[in-house]
Amino acid sequence: MKHLLSIADLSRPDIERIMGVAERFSEVLERDIKKVPTLRGRTVVNLFYESSTRTSSSFELAAKRLSADLVSVRSNGSSIDKGESLRDTIATLSAYDPAAIVIRAPWAGAAAIVAGHTTASVVNAGDGKHEHPSQALLDVYTLRRRLGSLDGADIWIVGDVLHSRVARSNIHAFTRMGARVTVCGPPTLIPRDVEALGCEVRHDLDGVSAADVIYALRMQHERMGDSFLPSMREYVANYQIDSRRLHPRQLLMHPGPVNRGVELSAEVIESPQALITEQVAAGLVVRMAILYELLSGGRQGVAGPAPVPTVEQPA
Amino acid sequence: MSDGIVLDRDDLRRALVRIAHEIIESNQDRDRVALVGIHSRGAFMARRLRALIEELTGTPVPLGEVDITFYRDDVGSRPIGDQPVVHSSHIDFPLEGTTVVLVDDVLFTGRTVRAATEALFDYGRPDRVQLAVLVDRGHRELPIRPDFVGKNLPTSLDQRVNVRLEECDDVDEVQIRESRPVEAE
Repeated sequence: MKHLLSIADLSRPDIERIMGVAERFSEVLERDIKKVPTLRGRTVVNLFYESSTRTSSSFELAAKRLSADLVSVRSNGSSIDKGESLRDTIATLSAYDPAAIVIRAPWAGAAAIVAGHTTASVVNAGDGKHEHPSQALLDVYTLRRRLGSLDGADIWIVGDVLHSRVARSNIHAFTRMGARVTVCGPPTLIPRDVEALGCEVRHDLDGVSAADVIYALRMQHERMGDSFLPSMREYVANYQIDSRRLHPRQLLMHPGPVNRGVELSAEVIESPQALITEQVAAGLVVRMAILYELLSGGRQGVAGPAPVPTVEQPA
Repeated sequence: MSDGIVLDRDDLRRALVRIAHEIIESNQDRDRVALVGIHSRGAFMARRLRALIEELTGTPVPLGEVDITFYRDDVGSRPIGDQPVVHSSHIDFPLEGTTVVLVDDVLFTGRTVRAATEALFDYGRPDRVQLAVLVDRGHRELPIRPDFVGKNLPTSLDQRVNVRLEECDDVDEVQIRESRPVEAE
């Protein structure tokens, strides 16, 4: 695999292979020296046009645990602030000959555009409302650790599905791994034709007691005007996951950061059913596995098992 | 022998018994010998060697295994889709103060042993590291030599040495075959 741009591109064996490598990395993180030399001498660029805590820090740590060199570029404080275009920024960063570029941007398709302008492997760390594949992979990893398999599991994705790239990637990932997915939220926050992705749609939480897993989404205030919801109070009354709605046998997930008191009540965040901190921990091993998957399989211009000499002989 | 079989079941057992005796002899003054097998056939061999040594000495021998995938020197120079399968490593005893005997089936270029040695030191600092192999087929590319050898097998580079063990191949034997030089050491 050269790039990780979307879950839609991945087959079930692809996902299972990445899960297997992630499990091996979880053993590495139990050692005294939590680092392997796998990507020694190679460079990973983290390019973030949007704010991020866990995605950027876990990709950073993943690259370091694999002994890669890391350059982090954020839009504020860099030339992007001065109006440099995405394409020019990529050209500049490509001069360092990076093995991988991890990019987050507010525009759908940004990662695919970058892939067309660099020889590096590109990892989509979130592109607008499109996809967030590494989040979906770490969610699958977290659930496999708890459930063994996602086959036949009933998963409800609740909340602001419309603005959520996490929801889109997870609908693909969960269904591909054999789960039944239901999305639930107010009609204004459910994208039209979302059923085409292979999920059911509900507009109330009446049937949620049948779910094995409730995946609550973050209310994305920063992406909406004020026309999506009549009031936050009404949303909370109808869609908040609280101790009344969460059964002891159900698992609760959330991609973070949580709006306490909006999509989740404070008590369910601390409940034993909540996997939120396990999701963060899974993020590190899964992102190590993603970098390994993309970078262990061959450099540009290398055809076979033996490196091809690239120094030109004088005629 | 037919089909290029160079060690049969009995030869293989005798070779392992001899290696077990040699490990005990050369580590007589130390009681902290540990065995670490290199995935995957080296790990099975290490298990057998442990049983033999424990039978001979009556003292338990710590056993571990390493997978060298993350330590290979050819990561990134293999074609896409040709990634090796990753196994897990298990070393659940402290290496400090031990003599670790690394165990592998075939010693060839020495690159696997180099990677395994590096992997070992990420778990701790053994006093010394020794190397036991079932077959030494020559063609070293690194300054590495084995301490214990089951059989020296002079080979050419386009030959293939197949070690088969009952644990994974249902039969105990070592075979030399002529083939294209696609080596999986």
